[in-house]
Amino acid sequence: MKEQEKLERQKRIRNFSIIAHIDHGKSTLADRILESTSALTQREMKDQMLDAMDLERERGITIKLNSVQLKYTHTDGVEYIFHLIDTPGHVDFSYEVSRSLAACEGALLIVDAAQGIEAQTLANVYLALDNDLEILPIINKVDLPSAEPDRVKQEVEDVIGLDASEAVLASAKDGIGTDEILRQIVEKVPPPQGDPSAPLQGMIFDSVYDTYRGVIAYIRIKEGTVKPGEKIRMMQTGKEFEVSDVGVFNPKPVSCDELTVGDVGFLIAGIKNVGDSRVGDTITNAHNPASEPLPGYKRMNPMVFCGLFPTDASKYNALRDALERLELNDSSLQFEAETSQALGFGFRCGFLGLLHMEIIQERIEREYNIELITTAPSVIYHVQMVDGEMKEIDNPSNMPDAQQVEWVEEPFVKATVMVPNDYVGAVMELCQAKRGEFKDMKYMDDTRVNIVYDLPLTEIVYDFFDQLKSQTKGYASFDYEFIGFKESNLVKMDILLNGESVDALSVIVHRDVAYERGKAIVEKLKDLIPRQQFEVPVQATIGKSVIARSTIKAMRKNVLSKCYGGDITRKRKLLEKQKEGKKRMKSVGKVDVPQEAFMSVLKMDKD
Amino acid sequence: MAKGLYVHIPFCEYICYYCDFNKFLINNQPVDEYLEALDRELASYTMDKLQTVYIGGGTPTALSAAQVEKLMQIMDRHVPVTQLKEYTVEVNPGDVGEEKLSLLKAGGVDRLSIGVQTFHDSQLNSIGRGHSADEAKETVQAARQAGFDNISIDLMFGLPGQTMKDWEETLDEAMALAPPHVSAYSLKIEKQTRFYNWWREGKIAPLPEEEEADMYELLVDRLESHGLHAYEISNFARAGYSSRHNRIYWQNEEYIGAGAGAHGYTGGVRYANIKPLNHYIQAVQEKGSPVQTTHPVTRKEQIEEEMFLGLRLYEGVSTKRFYQKYGCAAEDIYPESIQEAKRKAWLAEADGRLFLTEEGKLLGNEVFALFLLDDEPENN
Repeated sequence: MKEQEKLERQKRIRNFSIIAHIDHGKSTLADRILESTSALTQREMKDQMLDAMDLERERGITIKLNSVQLKYTHTDGVEYIFHLIDTPGHVDFSYEVSRSLAACEGALLIVDAAQGIEAQTLANVYLALDNDLEILPIINKVDLPSAEPDRVKQEVEDVIGLDASEAVLASAKDGIGTDEILRQIVEKVPPPQGDPSAPLQGMIFDSVYDTYRGVIAYIRIKEGTVKPGEKIRMMQTGKEFEVSDVGVFNPKPVSCDELTVGDVGFLIAGIKNVGDSRVGDTITNAHNPASEPLPGYKRMNPMVFCGLFPTDASKYNALRDALERLELNDSSLQFEAETSQALGFGFRCGFLGLLHMEIIQERIEREYNIELITTAPSVIYHVQMVDGEMKEIDNPSNMPDAQQVEWVEEPFVKATVMVPNDYVGAVMELCQAKRGEFKDMKYMDDTRVNIVYDLPLTEIVYDFFDQLKSQTKGYASFDYEFIGFKESNLVKMDILLNGESVDALSVIVHRDVAYERGKAIVEKLKDLIPRQQFEVPVQATIGKSVIARSTIKAMRKNVLSKCYGGDITRKRKLLEKQKEGKKRMKSVGKVDVPQEAFMSVLKMDKD
Repeated sequence: MAKGLYVHIPFCEYICYYCDFNKFLINNQPVDEYLEALDRELASYTMDKLQTVYIGGGTPTALSAAQVEKLMQIMDRHVPVTQLKEYTVEVNPGDVGEEKLSLLKAGGVDRLSIGVQTFHDSQLNSIGRGHSADEAKETVQAARQAGFDNISIDLMFGLPGQTMKDWEETLDEAMALAPPHVSAYSLKIEKQTRFYNWWREGKIAPLPEEEEADMYELLVDRLESHGLHAYEISNFARAGYSSRHNRIYWQNEEYIGAGAGAHGYTGGVRYANIKPLNHYIQAVQEKGSPVQTTHPVTRKEQIEEEMFLGLRLYEGVSTKRFYQKYGCAAEDIYPESIQEAKRKAWLAEADGRLFLTEEGKLLGNEVFALFLLDDEPENN
């Protein structure tokens, strides 16, 4: 393509994302846009085209990003090139969201006409504003009986400060408003800026591993041009590769001659590991490099850790293979071998957050068919040792003895809770109970309040979200961001079964709540661990002192004396179930412990 | 060749709160059509080697006298009644009188199993039984008067709210009647019963394991002291009165099951009949067979069943018989399980028999589960 053609084409490109709270209709609108721009024939349409993994479909969330190139003929008769970049919809992936937003010039902000703005929406709008995006508000689901488009419009203006006068009133489900949205994209979203002949700057906003082709980097070209055969350099890692293929998604990958300013597509360059193609990194030409990388790169560090152990010890190698494969696709997943006295050989794994953790666990169990025992998630602690060393502890069982510790710091987050004003009291009470520090409270309108607290991440990992949901009847929406480490009075609490400490059950807790939590854990374990042939004491200890105790009574009677006539099959099923249950237990010392017990230190009922 | 025949009469005048057997309230049910279907089903089996018959339910005595008579005729048509060594019918206190009893007697029945459950009226009421303790006693007397001396009574323990004292009184009342056989079952709350719903709603709770175990121990002691020996985990009898029919199950031998929802084991195949009444009747009419599922028992399953059924018996499993039946020693098939169960003092071995200890009986399911195999055992 000639220079002039490139510049002319650039003016016809519009790059945008969709920002929405879960269930506000993002995927449905994406589908409507795909249909209306004839990217897909009706036959190719599966509902919610962009959510690829089964897991995503089931949970109604997007985990891996997708981008798609669309052709749209405007009312002026000109054909425009749209790139729709999908964003993950969860706080665990906010860095990915910020990078995919950085690949755009505009964003469609979908707000549910009945629900209004939610905490998650707000967080993503701020990310979009940080990236200087043109934001087009869309009030969706206006066909619902409970829709209040005017109130929600007002909320968009008051809370976010956007001009909502031209907000599209839409019903993505019924295709209402789609044409208007497409028109506004052309008219309001600015075309990409940049010089096709400048040194290459391409931003990676996602990368996936393909068994046949290696790493496929999803990139947005900010400056310059890239084509197969060129040598590229990753500006953060310094690694160099030769480009073998570039192309766009329509939504199937289609190779093309080159990618130039404004293009959003893929790049394949014999990269073996997603760790060499990090989200946020800048791709440049190795022979004619840009002077600086694009701003905003961050190395993502895991925030939540847990031990994953195969129920069946012989599956250890299979588990390692599974983690290695998942890691190929997910540079934020970390793992290292861990040996637990209680659970045997497994892996200590680090995740971006709880959802990320659940997703990985589910994928291992489903896609790799390995049954897992998971320990309660933990955060990372900074432990200042008496000898001056600073240790990072992500596994409670590795916490050094109290005598060697000067102080311990734990990660804190800024938590934003948006809630109807009836529940302000409940939310504040909960945050206080979770050792929160009040920061801010604002009325967004007559009925909705935005509450900000600094909270220890460990409390979020523990049960904050469940409690928030139950105490606000599900009306609260919640978001958080990591802010840093703060010193806390933390102690390690061990759990002893039959007098033996079970490393996988150790937790780090704040001293003020240690007694209460210890009591709750031993009671819960008493109920979860079936009776054994002998009496089993369950103790919670801090150092050498026992702070709580319960007893699992010895098994006295377990025999079916009921008469089933000649129905032997039924007897057999009962016994098989019993045997199966036993198999899924781990022998800790002489005690058979079911899997749920290891998570029990996490999921605690309120009373 | 099947040694036993079980016949299911799935009708009841009321539904007990704990019962999850295949049963229907008798009002407006096609009882006569059912009996005709049973007649046809029975005609399809070979029964010349039969030694025992057991007619259970449901409530066989919920049938009218005329229907009882018809049932006896049907049985007589297909079953070699005179060669039987045992012919049992379950009867329910309150709904058998002289007339039905004499019909049974005339039909060749020589053993009655009477569903007493408990001798406390309030408890009978709270488990949904439609009779009183006095009626139960009267039924035993009436049975004797009708010429039945081989009488078994059913008792239940572990009932919600039942105390040790209650249970002891029930045992004393039972012993005062001097039955030669007692079956005693602990309550198990099963799905699709009123008890299950109440349990889920938190309205009733099963007794703690400890109390149930104590009740079981009291049961064994008390019956033993009256000469009723625990020949099986939940069955007790004076010498010569153990149930031959039930032994067929425990000794892993074959039997025919007839009637809606009945289970049978013939020619190495376990089968189950259709449960819903009308479907059962229709299947018999249209296909001549009401069998719904069949399962050929594998060698592995047969061995497992040999153990988990046989160990229920006082005498346990004969290692010699095991060897004769399977061509290898039980120790070779279960080298670890037998060791483990012995180490835990659940299992003992003497006089060529593997049998449960007293503790093993209380923890029977734990022991039985040890005898489920992971893989098909090798054939030698």
